[in-house]
Amino acid sequence: MATTSIVAPGRRATSERRSSAAIGRANPLTYVVAILFVAANLAPVLYIVLGGFRTNSQITTSPAGLPAPFELGNYGSVLSSSIFWRELGNSAISAIATTVGVVVLGLMVSYILARYRFAGRGALYALFAAGLMFPITVAITPLYLLIKDLGLTNSLAGVILPQIAFALPTTVIIMVPFLRAIPDELEEAASIDGASRLGFFFRMIVPLSLPGVVTVGILAFIASWNSYILPLFILNNEGSYTLPLGVQAFSSQYSVDTAKVLAFTSMSMIPALIFFTIFQRRIVGGLTGAVKG
Amino acid sequence: MTLDTSLGTNPTTGSDRASGSTTAGSGASDAPRPAGRRPAKRIADWRKRAEIAVLAGPAVIVFVTFVILPVGMAAYYGFFKWQGYGPPTDFVGLQNYVIIFQDQAFRSVLMHNGFIVVLSLVLQGPIAIVLALLLNQKMHGRGLIRVLVFVPYVISEVIVGTGWSLLLQSNGAVNDMLQGIGLGGLRADWLSNPDIAIWTLLLIISWKYIGFAVILFLAGLQSIPEELFEAAAIDGAGYWQIQRRITLPLLGPTIRIWAFLSIIGSLQLFDLVYIIWGQYIASTAGTSTMATYMVGNGRNSGNYGFGSAVAVVMFIISLAVALIYQRFVLRRDTAGAITEGKK
Repeated sequence: MATTSIVAPGRRATSERRSSAAIGRANPLTYVVAILFVAANLAPVLYIVLGGFRTNSQITTSPAGLPAPFELGNYGSVLSSSIFWRELGNSAISAIATTVGVVVLGLMVSYILARYRFAGRGALYALFAAGLMFPITVAITPLYLLIKDLGLTNSLAGVILPQIAFALPTTVIIMVPFLRAIPDELEEAASIDGASRLGFFFRMIVPLSLPGVVTVGILAFIASWNSYILPLFILNNEGSYTLPLGVQAFSSQYSVDTAKVLAFTSMSMIPALIFFTIFQRRIVGGLTGAVKG
Repeated sequence: MTLDTSLGTNPTTGSDRASGSTTAGSGASDAPRPAGRRPAKRIADWRKRAEIAVLAGPAVIVFVTFVILPVGMAAYYGFFKWQGYGPPTDFVGLQNYVIIFQDQAFRSVLMHNGFIVVLSLVLQGPIAIVLALLLNQKMHGRGLIRVLVFVPYVISEVIVGTGWSLLLQSNGAVNDMLQGIGLGGLRADWLSNPDIAIWTLLLIISWKYIGFAVILFLAGLQSIPEELFEAAAIDGAGYWQIQRRITLPLLGPTIRIWAFLSIIGSLQLFDLVYIIWGQYIASTAGTSTMATYMVGNGRNSGNYGFGSAVAVVMFIISLAVALIYQRFVLRRDTAGAITEGKK
């Protein structure tokens, strides 16, 4: 997810023109293809969700069958287990803290890069842009050693700080053109009215950049919610596990209890799906902005 | 693409854009913005510096500490034989790199990565383009479809991995379904048979990431002005002719960006392989990648020096591919968006 927006949203104003360039009216074949495609996308997800409502003997006798009858026990035991809620809490804390950190730090530095002129600005921008070429996979081994030296292993801070750092390049690249597009006249008007540059930042830039901030925040939240390799290295103590590690631990611990694994897996995907449903317009719109420009 | 133009000014060298370099002598001038926002600017210079430090400082510190520093450390540790305790002392020069390139296992992970890079493009690209063209027509439920095709992309690799490994077990739902519809002959050990496993991996990757490609292409399609299609239709062009002559060429930049993201993603592939196969089975099933090789032979066996060397190799390969791609394919699209400042 992190690298989805290498290309910056250029002229926001033009991307408002949502009227589709659709030509032709869909014929029945189109609907058939669309339905097949959607079905292929959803079938594995439905398998996980519905599998959680089955018993292990149902799954063994007919792996591809539907729940008959519906068995609520698996979801019940997941919902009543403290492990699930603890891991959900850990995931939520690290996703929210990452999002807040990325938005705050990213907006501040982007503001500087977009609207201040100073020696070394190009170099600073290049530094962040180059960060796109440093995926976390490459840095993970020394990063783990660094976190260990800082005494942050098994703590969520050890996950949150690097996540903020690795989300900054995307954020800067999305936010800088966005902030640059805010008309200079606004700043002049504000300064005539007696606002300092910092006052302008807090009173004008922050509210005006909200759409960009939301896009950046969503990307950071989902990346953190799904992040795997970083927690895998940093969090070795079950008490600090986030949901992805929890799902994996749970599925190897209860490998014979497939139904329960499916219930646990589907419960851990529901928060991300709800989040996505609420913000889908923003996500898809953010990508739209990312491609145009 | 606005990046290159917006940052075309490079204050360090003092080379301003042509437009307004006459305004002032200092490199920190407001040259390209002739409006001149702050008359009392020089007096407030100290204040400006303080603002820059306060606003940019935290981000720079976090970024340098957790991104730049570790990458630099990897380059350094790569020259040592080191178990991760105390400072590295056993300097071995290039020996780690020699071992990597002589290791048969590393050659096979390179093959796997290469296979995934190429086939991801070949498989996902055309399918996603056709799907995007179809879904770009006026049809009922288009908004809903766009949301639903994005679902696999949003759920985490761990969930995708767990779900698919259960589905694809030898006594799992996929084999059961094949049996059920009378294709029992196609039942297979999708995950463990080394002849099939990498194709299975490719299928799972495609399932997870094709929705992203479709959404990206749909977004690209919507930026093509409708007038072009109308004009072509008036000139008597048919539906497919329009797609081939107008849509595809204009979709070019989007396709090339998608391909770039796909290639880099394929080179860094770790999560799905590690979750579904684990480091040991991945190498017997023939799905191991550079990243699983790095983790398996680095941290998991306590050889931090060696693991760092693998990270460096991975980084150099990705960077080389990215720069070559940028140079020869993306040239006109993004001129300098990624390598900004490296010129």
